[in-house]
Amino acid sequence: MWNFNNFKNNAAIIDDCGVVLNYAQLKDESEKIAAEIKRRCLIFILCGNETGAILGYAGCMNARTVPALLNKHLDNDLLNNLLDAYKPAYIWLPESLLNNFKNFELVYKAYNYCLLKTNYDKEFELYEELGLLLTTSGSTGSPKFVRQSYLNILDNAQAIANYLELNELERPVTDLPMNYTYGLSVINSHLLVGACLLVTEKSLMQREFWSFIKENKASSISGVPYTYEMLDKMRFSRMQLPDLKTMTQAGGKLTPELHKKFAEFALNNNKKFIVMYGACEATARMGYLPAEKSLEKYGSMGIAIPGGKFYLVDENLNRINQPFVTGELIYEGKNVTLGYAESGEDLIKGDERHGVLETGDMAQFDADNYYFIVGRKKRFLKMFGNRINLDELDRLIKAEFEIECACGGVDDKLYIFILKLDEDKASLIREFAANKTKINLSGFKVIALDEIPKNDSGKILFKELAKYYEA
Amino acid sequence: MANLENLEKYNNAFCESLETQPDKLAGLKYQDIEAWDSVGHMRLIAAIEEAFDIMMETDDIIDLSSYEHGKEILSQKYDVEF
Repeated sequence: MWNFNNFKNNAAIIDDCGVVLNYAQLKDESEKIAAEIKRRCLIFILCGNETGAILGYAGCMNARTVPALLNKHLDNDLLNNLLDAYKPAYIWLPESLLNNFKNFELVYKAYNYCLLKTNYDKEFELYEELGLLLTTSGSTGSPKFVRQSYLNILDNAQAIANYLELNELERPVTDLPMNYTYGLSVINSHLLVGACLLVTEKSLMQREFWSFIKENKASSISGVPYTYEMLDKMRFSRMQLPDLKTMTQAGGKLTPELHKKFAEFALNNNKKFIVMYGACEATARMGYLPAEKSLEKYGSMGIAIPGGKFYLVDENLNRINQPFVTGELIYEGKNVTLGYAESGEDLIKGDERHGVLETGDMAQFDADNYYFIVGRKKRFLKMFGNRINLDELDRLIKAEFEIECACGGVDDKLYIFILKLDEDKASLIREFAANKTKINLSGFKVIALDEIPKNDSGKILFKELAKYYEA
Repeated sequence: MANLENLEKYNNAFCESLETQPDKLAGLKYQDIEAWDSVGHMRLIAAIEEAFDIMMETDDIIDLSSYEHGKEILSQKYDVEF
């Protein structure tokens, strides 16, 4: 995947615990982990934004051992479901989680991470081009992965490095989780050009984060819409960050007002603000709005990345050629992933998409062919940057509480509709939803109704529920 | 304004934005409870700003990392007496 020999003496990783590694050390340390495994098999990596996690990931990718990246804070039940469904041969995880896996053999330890050899009685066959498994962000626990190929990852990293004009002088801070496709794309694209990753687990709300990026002269930050809302409330424009040159945004649609505000701030302060568009199903990135157009075209997610193509289709799948007509956004490119896996048996599957992705997003293009996202076809919400599948959450709640329910809402505000007779469980349901999704409790509201509106065939009428959403 | 009244406002801001109880506030720090993550922190800051009709400085927003330290910031920089 990466040739670390090209940049031997460049700094590769600086973390907030004081670890500094150059590319020669990155190569050695990551190869040591891979050497313990020595073969093509499945490994779960429970990631924090930590040097150990990056070394394990890089080592496996370069050695063609297939990692599935999961958040180290993933709910235990959900993790156990995934382990049952995929039976990885190894797990690479933070030492602090070791106690949860007493029945597996510890075979290697480095940088506060441990390699465990599992003892499942079965291993699933892996498709030869399968490189990596990722969840579709904030996942609510269906054991579903996106299957990404080596070509997908390399092609997308190159396209990103190309349009962001990345070089070895870049110093991005890893402020997004590395198991999240956008966070990972920052790592992938910068390792490709020999840049230095500033690795921290701290959040924007912590003094340590800001002193870490100031001391280490971070050149770029990345954020989801909620990140920019926070930066705005923190009156970010007043902060003195002369080394910070690039700010990227993806993971959902920023309000046009904030887009404009940050575009103006960037233009006036010799920085670049780049709004982007992507999905895990397209490895990471599909579109971007070039910095020089950020103000002129605010509200737009831009144009397709180098090597990619966008178009819109109507309900009958006919191509839309007129500007300002809404249709489903279709993307074509080498970064369109192989497909999904719902169980270990699916890991042998080949390419099911053949370079074409129906994004599920409804969009328009303007007279200059810049694209604007206007809505969503599928039932999911973005909660503070995390994709939450509403049908999955429905199922989880129904299974846990054995009640009737329907989830709906708008981005950052999820509504759980239940029946009045179950109202005594409302606060438990709300806590359960927050807990399973790892989303802040404030994003959830439970509303009890006399009945949940349905059509004659028993399908829930989600449009009827929309009247309960506060503006 | 009576000090007790300010304390009550301050406690209410915590309890409402972080959905916790007054008896849990002593010693409470950022990330001690799930509700006080970055999303919760912005809600807390908004609630405090509204309660005392103030606009906090960026540095103070980041610094407000515990229940007790928040009181110090408010009394030292924003003339809120407890």
